[in-house]
Amino acid sequence: MRPLLLQGGRVIDPSRSLDQTMDVLIQDGKIAAVGTGLGSPDGADVRDVRGKVVAPGLLDVHVHLREPGNEDVETIASGTRAAAAGGFTAVCAMPNTDPVTDNQAAVGFIVRQAARAGLTRVYPIGAISVGQKGEQLSEFGEMVGAGAVAVSDDGKPVASSHMMRTALEYAQTFGIPVADHCEEPTLAAGGVMHEGLVATRLGLKGIPAAAEEIMVGRDILLAELTGGHVHLCHMSTRGSVELIRRAKERGVRVTAEVTPHHLTLTDLACEGYDTQAKMNPPLREAADVAALRAALKDGVIDCIASDHAPHAYDAKEAAFDDAPFGVAGLETAFGVAWTELVEGGVLTAAELIARMSTAPAAALRLPGGSLKPGAPADVVVLDVTARWTVDPVTFFSKSRNTPFAGRTLTGRAALTVVGGTVVHPGEGPSAA
Amino acid sequence: MTAVLGKDLVGLEYLSPDQIRLILDTAEPFKEVSERPIKKVPALRGKTIVNLFFEASTRTRISFEFAEKRLSADTVNVAASGSAVQKGETLVDTAKNLEAMRIDMVVIRHPSSGAAQFLGDRIRSNVVSAGDGKHEHPTQALLDLLTIRDTHGRIAGLKVCLVGDILHSRVARSNIWGLLKLGAEVGVCGPATLMPRGIEELGVCRFRRIEEAIEWADVLNVLRLQLERMERGFIPSLREYYRVFGVTQERLERAPRQLTIMHPGPMNRGVEIDSRVADGSHSVILAQVTNGVAVRMAALYLLAGGRPELADAAKGPAGGANE
Repeated sequence: MRPLLLQGGRVIDPSRSLDQTMDVLIQDGKIAAVGTGLGSPDGADVRDVRGKVVAPGLLDVHVHLREPGNEDVETIASGTRAAAAGGFTAVCAMPNTDPVTDNQAAVGFIVRQAARAGLTRVYPIGAISVGQKGEQLSEFGEMVGAGAVAVSDDGKPVASSHMMRTALEYAQTFGIPVADHCEEPTLAAGGVMHEGLVATRLGLKGIPAAAEEIMVGRDILLAELTGGHVHLCHMSTRGSVELIRRAKERGVRVTAEVTPHHLTLTDLACEGYDTQAKMNPPLREAADVAALRAALKDGVIDCIASDHAPHAYDAKEAAFDDAPFGVAGLETAFGVAWTELVEGGVLTAAELIARMSTAPAAALRLPGGSLKPGAPADVVVLDVTARWTVDPVTFFSKSRNTPFAGRTLTGRAALTVVGGTVVHPGEGPSAA
Repeated sequence: MTAVLGKDLVGLEYLSPDQIRLILDTAEPFKEVSERPIKKVPALRGKTIVNLFFEASTRTRISFEFAEKRLSADTVNVAASGSAVQKGETLVDTAKNLEAMRIDMVVIRHPSSGAAQFLGDRIRSNVVSAGDGKHEHPTQALLDLLTIRDTHGRIAGLKVCLVGDILHSRVARSNIWGLLKLGAEVGVCGPATLMPRGIEELGVCRFRRIEEAIEWADVLNVLRLQLERMERGFIPSLREYYRVFGVTQERLERAPRQLTIMHPGPMNRGVEIDSRVADGSHSVILAQVTNGVAVRMAALYLLAGGRPELADAAKGPAGGANE
């Protein structure tokens, strides 16, 4: 493996509170040195990255890779290629595959497929319950042994409080968090967008904010009761933010994520029955967006996660009620976040990098998120001056579903390195 | 030729007050056609119209079909049951196949809100909504407006209250837009469980008790209570609904003025409305049905590119019959 020298970039490493112009030398798959005026070893691949940001590889704790079961829509190979293009060096794969990732063999399959693809790292998340049916606990121990880093029934809420309690207790044996998709099923039943004036006008069934907040409150109380670690997926309401804030103040083991779309769009995006704006949880109101942004800044919400949810190109070509929920977000996450949050004055560059690398790694206790010498060389070079227009046709993901099509964004990955190997740009239909 | 209404008619929210008035005014000369022995004018001769009904409908479907036939259009009815839809064909594929047969217009009823607009955005033919989910039922509101205008001589300044299940009602949404655009005051009254969030922000006043609504209103438009609402737990029983929200003779007798009573049908007598009220002298329920044909003739005529000032002439002799 050739050494790789990244010269003259703005090195931002939140794990060491570093933000200055330096060189980064990668050798033998590891960070060899970070400093000024580093010499280049013989045969090194030297890249001039002046004007660009060099950061720990981005880490997405919430993606749906659809393999096994829905390979027409995404595979582990296509999904990790999309992740690499988005600047991610690791992703956590949710278990709502077909069949469900609820046992060690299924977890092992994902690990092997990811190794075969050889792009970003994939950390599988196992199901909480067998078949995600909410009835019987999956074998957490065996799944962790095969490589699972957390458990979740994501895509479905854990309706039974007893099941959630049991999962939070049992997961502690293996030191893994329980990630929950917070949705009170009887309140959310049949809903397709946020309950509010827009839903009233469009005649669409709403999902009230309380459907999320009831479960956030429940999960926090159960984490407090059990001492377990609950990770709250894709938070969408200001009420949830307040519940998490108070829980963290009293020391409950709770972490939380928010998606780029919930940080930047409101239910107004559903106007005209735009099915690209249909997602679960739904896009909420401006006051929710403001609260989520503030919570991300002050750390009440730990990290950004894309909730990458690919769908077939024609699946969203339907009436709003009939279209599936979800956004293919891996390739737009950083650009949307940089444009809206950093250029929008909400976060500093270093804060955004932290919320997309160091913080998600810490939240799920994963390796990565640091450029410390000796650490695995998972590095991203971000061109934060590149202006580009989102054209879903150019996605590496097999899917095209995005509410950001046509948007002009600033910032994208110029180089993604996993374990010292350049995984983006690389071979592909539209190498950046 | 670009029609004055645009390509599609999918909701009154998207029409201007002038466009709504134009449809009502155009309906006037068409009313007379239905009173003739030979009920046919040549306005849409040679046009092909598909009535695509994904939901059961009797009154609306027949009303559209009469309107089309009285304008001399060629019509085909497609119902969801027994069609390719039941075999899993998507809405887009159904529409594109119909269009491949070179049709001019689609009248669509669909259980999903936004389905009419979805179709209109994807095919070249004119699309007319005959009701989409809980969104809008524009021709129903137009016939309601025409009936109110016939009865009161005006719409502006009148107080019209919609009573019942506002949450699930496309009739309510279309009426709210149409009435507000033509200057009426609009009230809504029904159980809180059947009232959508933020409804007041549309500019309507909300009454929690039917007695207050009756005291306020000039016109009551009593919505059908779908019997499944009870099964889904929105109301405890039909009996109690009638007792608390029923539009009864006794309640109307205490009103400070005579109210005009409307209902889009089909009625549940003894649930949302007292039979004596439905059959009473101030009920215009059957006039609504009659006006439905004229309003739909006007809408189809205008969408097809007919010029409003020629609506009278468009009535000209068909098949040699003239009066």
